[in-house]
Amino acid sequence: MHEVSLATALIDLVLEQASAAQAQRVTRLVLEIGALSHVDAHALRFAVDAAAMGGPAEGATLEILEPQGTAYCLDCERSVAIAKRDDPCPGCGGAKLLVQGGNEMRLKEMEVV
Amino acid sequence: MCSVCGCGQGDKRVEDLHHSRAHVHGESGHGHDHSQGHEHGQEHDHDHADRHSHDHGHEHVHDHGPDNDHPHSLTHSQPHDHAHAHRHDREHIQAHGDGHVHESGPTTGGARILSVEQDILARNDAIAAQNRRDFQHAKTVALNLVSSPGSGKTALLVETLKRIGARFPVAVIEGDQETTADADRIRATGAPAIQINTGKGCHLDADLVRTAMQRLGLPANGILFIENVGNLVCPAGFDLGEASKMVVVSVTEGEDKPLKYSGMFAAAALMVVTKIDLLPHLDFDIERLVANARRINPTIGVLKVSAKSGEGMDRWLHWLETARALLLATD
Repeated sequence: MHEVSLATALIDLVLEQASAAQAQRVTRLVLEIGALSHVDAHALRFAVDAAAMGGPAEGATLEILEPQGTAYCLDCERSVAIAKRDDPCPGCGGAKLLVQGGNEMRLKEMEVV
Repeated sequence: MCSVCGCGQGDKRVEDLHHSRAHVHGESGHGHDHSQGHEHGQEHDHDHADRHSHDHGHEHVHDHGPDNDHPHSLTHSQPHDHAHAHRHDREHIQAHGDGHVHESGPTTGGARILSVEQDILARNDAIAAQNRRDFQHAKTVALNLVSSPGSGKTALLVETLKRIGARFPVAVIEGDQETTADADRIRATGAPAIQINTGKGCHLDADLVRTAMQRLGLPANGILFIENVGNLVCPAGFDLGEASKMVVVSVTEGEDKPLKYSGMFAAAALMVVTKIDLLPHLDFDIERLVANARRINPTIGVLKVSAKSGEGMDRWLHWLETARALLLATD
């Protein structure tokens, strides 16, 4: 994924929310970036710092929660945890997995003053 | 900076079909901010219920959803008070690696927690939803063609448009970083086309497509082909409002492409394998490509074509006609 795109979209969203809450400064951001979302957390941190620079969110602490990948195995007929999209089913070793969770790219909450 | 793609100013343009003046973002008097100056940038249409933010002046329970089943440490060293703690299952990437604790009331120093719960690309997704409604209203099947550079998307489109001819309306939005070469190739077939140059941007976004479709006009009861920038990474994450993403892979690429770029293959409904006329000259195992694609996406449809020899083109045309018929079959 394009981390700079995400970072600028994120900071836009953050400033919109901060302004609506009449906050002066944003001190902490909590994101959910799913394990299967193709976002590199390190690159995202760097990009968010850069995108926030010079504005009310500059210097905000960034917490990134990483929901694990989950998929439904068409062979076992149950939900299983996976680390990557091409992982086999941990139960039966099968490859017919439909991804259910782990795609998240969300701003969960933020701390403002 | 563009609110969606993060590209620099002044380098994105949607071709002006009347040749009067290109729509150049970032020129003076036209700030490159997709939330301003576009009538559609303001309306947010979120799928999720919790789009509001609110201050928490009282104790409340955070709900992390049904998938929170492995608690981790709540210890931390931050010096502030908190009204309550709760468990959640998320691993933190931060160096200290500990859990975090939500505060539901004002903390020392007057800090407040805003519960936001919004997708980071919510603005793009809201515009994509408007595009999708317009496509539905005009009965236009919109297809988002994604691939690596050089997979033969434009050649496939040119041959496809020739074969569709005047049977039903078509139009093409061409995305490239630079040049109008592809739109010119499409227009040579007689089909309406418009070029979007993304400049430094590596993908089309819903707002660029919206501007382009408003200038070009939608092919009512027909098919709109959106040829995305050649890139197997970023376009996977940006909904344009299309009915389906279709990924184009040529037989001169590796069979392991679906494994290397799994996000795109997971997002696509259809994989079109191109240049199959070259198969006799190559060590390319097309069935291994298909098997790899289905490891990522068990339900992906597969078509094999050669725009040059014409092999497989009838089936591809049939797929397009069927997609159109399905849309026309309902109100």
